[in-house]
Amino acid sequence: MSRLELRHVHKAFGGLDVLADISLSVGAGEFVSILGPSGAGKSTLFQLLTGAEHGEGEMLFDGARLDDHGRHFAFMPQRDALMPWRRILDNTTLGLEVQGMRRQAARARVAPLFAEFGLAGFERHFPAQLSGGMRQRAALLRTVVQERDMLLLDEPFGALDALTRTAMQRWLEQMWRHHRWTALLITHDVREAVFLSDRIYVLSARPARIVREIKVPLPRPRSLGGDAARQASALEAEILDIILNPNPSKRTRP
Amino acid sequence: MISAGLLLLAWELYATYSGIRATILPAPSRVFEQAMLNREALADNAVPTIRATLLGFACSLSAAFVLSMLVDFFQPLRRALFPVFIVSQTLPLVAVAPLVVLWFGFGLAPKIMLVALVTFFPMLVALVEGYEATEAEIGQMLRAMGAGRWRIFLLARLPSALPYFFAGLRISITYAVVGAIFAEYAGAAKGLGIYMLNAKNNFRPDLVLAAVGVSAALTLVLFGLTVLLQRLAMPWERADRETAGKGAWR
Ligand SMILES: Nc1ncnc2c1ncn2[C@@H]1O[C@H](COP(=O)(O)OP(=O)(O)OP(=O)(O)O)[C@@H](O)[C@H]1O
Ligand SMILES: [Mg+2]
Repeated sequence: MSRLELRHVHKAFGGLDVLADISLSVGAGEFVSILGPSGAGKSTLFQLLTGAEHGEGEMLFDGARLDDHGRHFAFMPQRDALMPWRRILDNTTLGLEVQGMRRQAARARVAPLFAEFGLAGFERHFPAQLSGGMRQRAALLRTVVQERDMLLLDEPFGALDALTRTAMQRWLEQMWRHHRWTALLITHDVREAVFLSDRIYVLSARPARIVREIKVPLPRPRSLGGDAARQASALEAEILDIILNPNPSKRTRP
Repeated sequence: MISAGLLLLAWELYATYSGIRATILPAPSRVFEQAMLNREALADNAVPTIRATLLGFACSLSAAFVLSMLVDFFQPLRRALFPVFIVSQTLPLVAVAPLVVLWFGFGLAPKIMLVALVTFFPMLVALVEGYEATEAEIGQMLRAMGAGRWRIFLLARLPSALPYFFAGLRISITYAVVGAIFAEYAGAAKGLGIYMLNAKNNFRPDLVLAAVGVSAALTLVLFGLTVLLQRLAMPWERADRETAGKGAWR
């Protein structure tokens, strides 16, 4: 059963068509990725979902129209958006405080999760004192503790170095198996999408439309060796081909 | 510090050995000596200047804060009000100061007004631009969390403006002292400005310079206070420079 459903969503900024025609769905407990080139309009899609911008088309959550009043999403912006002036603990409680929880109660709720997120001992640090990977985990912690119906993750690891990014992807996959969040992830890293997702939507360049929907049949936990890894590489190659050669008919032309 | 010392030394040597008269250019040692001899009069005249500076600055600060919030919440206000304030900044103090004294007398009021006039706009601009420097993503995230405009202002826009606020404060506090002295120069019963004027008219450049020294010291102290205040208000700034916790990526 699908929780989030978009039908023919369209968005233009002034005369600039950004989203041409987006239809997609995300089921309960499903991890879905949106994969597309830079500037395609991926972040714009999240702006529509969080109500920062308005577009045309239908957006449904649990069958009901998505409007500004229902708060279904916990949103993690493209940059970590940690507040430099708040200590890590107080950054992670932000969503709960906005929901009206007392600061002490919010802290008590979040503090036990610091170990699981690899942040134990850094509660009293300021964001500038953390490494890039730790900042992303803090931002993710701030996102998941809101206990909303669904996570919206906009390129959570885009700014990290390759080594840290791989470590974070493994960590997130493990966390997801444990928590089974319903999640929609934006990325332009093919390997990341294949490694983390149950399904992938491949977007075209701007104006974005969905070029292909790909199921990822790989078993979980996602492994890095053996048969599954070969399957993953084949899938990655196929997706890359779709992105880099959007018009197969033109490929043979001189 | 060193450059200031060298400058003083050069000045001392020049004043002593060039044969220039002390009524034109007194040596620093003489200025200091006279400052000590007249310290009661100097202190007596510094008090009204300090009072005018602080009161005027407090007024302009509160006004700038209230107005900056209004401008932040109602953007059209910005276009309506800013031209007026920009014009207010182009008025030459030399012309305005005597007029304000003429209209409002020799008391405290015209001094407060002049200090406020020179410091208000820089503070307003600092605050308004500080609010606007808020990271767009933080705003979007807070809105997605369900925060309203007021909440977003308090949680994100106000703290984001702090570095701009303190930059503005450091500049304005020096303007404030100059503004107060100018106002006194144009007419006052007491104050460093009128003290300088009287000393000049009595051919006592040493006392003029002594008063200048007092006002410079006053400015430095106020400047130092704003730096201290910033340290206290923005503890994360210093944390930025420490490297604790770096390099742990697992
Ligand atoms: N508020 C806005 N006003 C006007 N144009 C906008 C606005 N937001 C985004 N755009 C434009 O929409 C296009 C898509 O932007 P978007 O941020 O959605 O891309 P993206 O797919 O997230 O890219 P990236 O992978 O680099 O983050 C860009 O050309 C951008 O200039
Ligand atoms: Mg983006």
